Amino acid sequence: MPIVANDDVVRVRRLARELAQRCKLSLVDQTKFITAASELARNTLVYGGGGVVRVGLVRGNGRLGALAVFEDSGPGIPDIDLALTDGWTSGGGLGLGLSGARRLVDEFALDTEVGRGTTVTLVKWAR
Amino acid sequence: MVAKQDGSARLLKLLSTGEQDLAAQWITQVSAGLAGRISRAELDRELNELFTALVEALRAGGQDAHGEELSELRALLTELSRNRARQGFTPSETALSVFALKHVLEPVLEGGTKDDVLAYLRLSRLLDDLGLFTIETYTRAREEIIAAQADQLLELSTPVVKLWDGVIAVPLVGTLDSARTQVVMEKLLQALVDTGSEQAIIDITGVPAVDTQVAQHLLKTIVAARLMGAECTVSGIRPQIAQTIVALGIEFGDIVTKASLADALQLALKKAGVEMISPAGGRR
Repeated sequence: MPIVANDDVVRVRRLARELAQRCKLSLVDQTKFITAASELARNTLVYGGGGVVRVGLVRGNGRLGALAVFEDSGPGIPDIDLALTDGWTSGGGLGLGLSGARRLVDEFALDTEVGRGTTVTLVKWAR
Repeated sequence: MVAKQDGSARLLKLLSTGEQDLAAQWITQVSAGLAGRISRAELDRELNELFTALVEALRAGGQDAHGEELSELRALLTELSRNRARQGFTPSETALSVFALKHVLEPVLEGGTKDDVLAYLRLSRLLDDLGLFTIETYTRAREEIIAAQADQLLELSTPVVKLWDGVIAVPLVGTLDSARTQVVMEKLLQALVDTGSEQAIIDITGVPAVDTQVAQHLLKTIVAARLMGAECTVSGIRPQIAQTIVALGIEFGDIVTKASLADALQLALKKAGVEMISPAGGRR
């Protein structure tokens, strides 16, 4: 699904909710996954200048998980450690989106190259 | 000019071979594609009008989908596309009304002369353009509907209610984006002035997810209300939202939060100096 406008963030959230429910995540984990997806969708839009999100179910260790991959071909992140620091923002936000999203999910992978773009992968496992 | 006239005449001939037959087959095709979601009588009327308009346009020498001769036909197609969009048909189902005519005409190709084939190709190009036109109109109609709905949502979902003398509440429902928060903030601040309230409760029971942007919007609204001398309480924080906020690391600082609207109201009343006494005489 493409992320190009503000409305798409809402659509990503709905998509994440459906996926989380299909994985039978608990209510708390559902909310966490949805919130993390919402943060990253907004990052993709605001900092990445738009991109795409792919979602799906993953299986591992006999568990089911919700997966979301956010991809943009924006400016990339020059300093990953700094970007993942609480309270640091290059825009006008609270500076908790990226670091907060990492705490909300079980697996978090950030792949970025300056000038090429950023890919963030989220997984939340069902318990 | 002569060649153009000639071309139109041939197209016309193509359509008028068994005119009634063609129109009837066309209607059958379209009606099959729509799976009976439009009554046969209505479809009959619509398509017969279209057919007549097409024949008329060709008779007038029109060959260009955007030309003047076809304006009548375009008006009919616009109406058709808009209706389809409102009734929830897909773009393919809408364009089918035009493209089905090509299918119906196909048998003409078999055993037709070279001129027939040429005429078919020309007509087919015209129908392609008209098909694209219907899709464009359809999309525009859909966009208008969506924009209208977004406006309605903006209006509908932000009531400011007075709970008590000096206590107002904003029950928030749905997604808080920048545009909506702006409306909420304006309404809340205006209501503070209008009612002279000093206590405001923002209830987020109906907000499905609180992410950093929503939190930031909330914080800004509260700070603005404080600048006007009002105290704000955030209520309706459900357990899963609370855990998410903690994990995200959002600090609500010294802002008072409550689990339910009832708790928040009780607090607000206490701050406003209202004492609640139960009929039995005990105090709450």
